[in-house]
Parts: sequence; C-alpha cells; structure tokens
Amino acid sequence: MKIKHQIAISDTGFLFNPSTGESFTVNPVGAEIINLLRQGFTREQIIDEITGSYAVERNSFEKDLHEFAGIMKMYQLLDKDE
Amino acid sequence: MNKPCYTIAVTGLNAIDSPGPGVAVIRGLLEAASFDARIIGLAYESLEPGIYMPNLTHRTYQIPYPTAGTDELMDRLTYIQGRENIDVIIPNFDAELYSFMKLEPKLKQMGIHMFLPTFEQFEERHKVNLTKFGEKYGIDVPLGIAITDQTEIYKHEKELDFPLMVKGKWYDAYIAYNMEQARNYFNKIVAKWGYPVILQKFVHGTEYNVTGLGDGRGNTIAAVPMRKQYITDKGKAWAGISIDDENLLGLTRRFVESTGWRGGFELEMMKSNDGRYFLMEINPRIPAWVYLAVGVGQNIPEALTRLALGEKVGPYTSYEVGKLFIRYAWDMIVDRSEFENYSVNGEL
Repeated sequence: MKIKHQIAISDTGFLFNPSTGESFTVNPVGAEIINLLRQGFTREQIIDEITGSYAVERNSFEKDLHEFAGIMKMYQLLDKDE
Repeated sequence: MNKPCYTIAVTGLNAIDSPGPGVAVIRGLLEAASFDARIIGLAYESLEPGIYMPNLTHRTYQIPYPTAGTDELMDRLTYIQGRENIDVIIPNFDAELYSFMKLEPKLKQMGIHMFLPTFEQFEERHKVNLTKFGEKYGIDVPLGIAITDQTEIYKHEKELDFPLMVKGKWYDAYIAYNMEQARNYFNKIVAKWGYPVILQKFVHGTEYNVTGLGDGRGNTIAAVPMRKQYITDKGKAWAGISIDDENLLGLTRRFVESTGWRGGFELEMMKSNDGRYFLMEINPRIPAWVYLAVGVGQNIPEALTRLALGEKVGPYTSYEVGKLFIRYAWDMIVDRSEFENYSVNGEL
C-alpha cells in the first residue's frame, strides 16, 4: 500500500491531490495513517504502530485499515500497482 | 528602469453571471511586470459592468455588433484610434473574432497589433468540425454532429444515445435526457444563435479546463490547468483550483505544437470515470477565469500583448498548484449621468 508521492496533507487532516484538484478531510487517526504511509510504512508496520499506540484489537483495526485503503483507492490516492 | 506604457483595447467587459473575459484580462494587464498599461474598453451594451468599474479602463467606447459587418467596425475603430492611439487590441468573444481577424492587416497599418489564431486554426477547431479535428490530431473527442433540422435528432438518436449535449454554434450547451428536451433545446438555441446546432455524445466525468498561449510557431508559452470546483447553472466555473496533471499539460503542448496555435486559448476537457481525457471544446481566446493563471504566476494577457508587439517571449515554466479562484458578484452604485453619457455618446 503506497500513497501517491504528490499527495499533500496538513496537520489539520486536510488532504489535497494536486493532479486531480480533489481535497478531503480525514480524522486524526486517518491523518496519522497517511503520514505513516508517506514515511514508507508497510501495512503490517502501520498495524503494529497503531495497535501499539491505541486501545484497539488487531483484528478490528486490520478490518478498518482495509476499508480505509479501499476508500483511498477509490479516490485515486494510492499508486496504481496497489 | 523605465517601463514602456502601452495603450491596450479590450472587449468582453460583461462581467455578469456568464462573464466575458475582459475584466480578468484587464486585471492581468494592469499587473504586468514588463509594461504599464493604459486600458481602453470596447463594449457592445451600455450595461456591461466593466464600463463603470473604477480604476479599470481609461475610457470605454461602444462598438457595433459583429452582425453590423466589418466596415462599420472598421469605421468605429478608425475613429477610436484617432483619439486613443491604441497599440494592441485583445478581442475576447468568439463571435467577434472573425471580424477582428479579417481586419487584422488593416488595423496593423494603423499601428494596432493583435495576436489572433489564423483563419485555418479558427475554423478547424470549431465545434462543428471538432470530431474531424480530434481524428486529425489524435485527440479523443466525443462524437459530434452538426444538424440544421430537428428531425435529424431522431436520425442520430441511436449513435449518440441519451443523455446527449445540445450546443449552439457560438454559445450555450444543454444536457438533454430525452427527445422532448433535445427538441426544445434545439429550438431554443436556433432562436438565439442560429444554425447549425451541434449534438454531442455525453461523457460522464469531471470537468477540467486549460488556459494557455501559443506563439504561432508550435511553442506553448503558457498553460495552466484547472479543475472546476463550483459550476453555475450555465455550466460556467464559479470557483476552480489550479492542478498539476502531466497528462493534461502534455495534451495541451501536443495541441499547440501540432496546430501551431497562435494566441490565447482554452481547452475544455472531460475526464471520464476510467481516467481518459476527452476534448469537449476549444475556445480560440482567453477565458474568463484567466486571472487564476495570472494569480499562479503565468500572466497570459501580458505575454500575449508582448507577442502581439513582436517581442520575443520565452515560455513560462512553472505555476503554483492548489490555488483557488472564487468568483463573486457585487453591486456598484453608478450615477445616472455616467449611464446617460455612455448611452447617448457611446463613450465614457
């Protein structure tokens, strides 16, 4: 799971895709996941990071992350080979 | 260093809900880094807002509608030139361009420069010829058919399918979802703009536009793509954002290079849901949203003026991505005497 390199995200969770002009807002956890993706974290590493920081079951978060990735893919925020 | 001062006449001062580009072009000219501009407005109607906007034009003159013919326009421009000594005219309406193109050599003899497309460029990109244009230059264009009789809608119903676009020769475009709507729009457009009416296959997707400038030798001097963020009921962008899409910029450069485009232009594109770009229309002039291009670092009116004057102009190589334009309407309070002056004397 790789986010497109040109995607910009601010501290407030405002996300802008400069190639399509679309913008989105994500909640703090969403912003954290995107920032981890931008740092090159893999899916497994993100799961480790988030479940280590928050009181959330691994299985439950895996499901949420899968859903979140699906939404990012739908909005063309992920690289095509993902 | 002293900057030169040019007298530049601009049309399209109708800053209304479907605005002409004149006011935006003038704002660009007034912000030009390489010259000072003394602006002469050229207007058709006495209620075009640009006539009355403060600090915009030095003086505005009424000019005859294109239907009056080029002789009348020439007479009027000769009169204006005698008083104002214009260096450059920037026409901004599709419907008036032909007259100005025809008068270009005569105006040049009078010392007035322009930077317009050639007759060939103007004709081949016309809505009526756009399908052939796409085939010639390898650009995806939705199927379009020019018709002069509403019964022809039945004939082409199957190949175009509903919904379809019904477009006027110069302006106006409607989405028709059924035969009844298509016939209504056909009649509405004929009454306003005459024949032919263009039926065009509808493309589902997102609207993107590019404004740019070609130097007439195949070089793209400026190109700024924009995604429409807010669209009026007339399909005009009321807000938009500059974007960075190499596919769109590449397509623009290919258009300029292959046609040798001379002058300002706007490409109206539709990005289909599967990511393909379709060229919906080519406007052979600067668009009303050109101030976004100025605001992100590409002053197209300035560069066009310099090209018109025969100066060497290098291409802009960058612009700011993610800047928005948001249009607004506001009311001016105008003294009756100004309106009277313009209405009676044809100048203000």
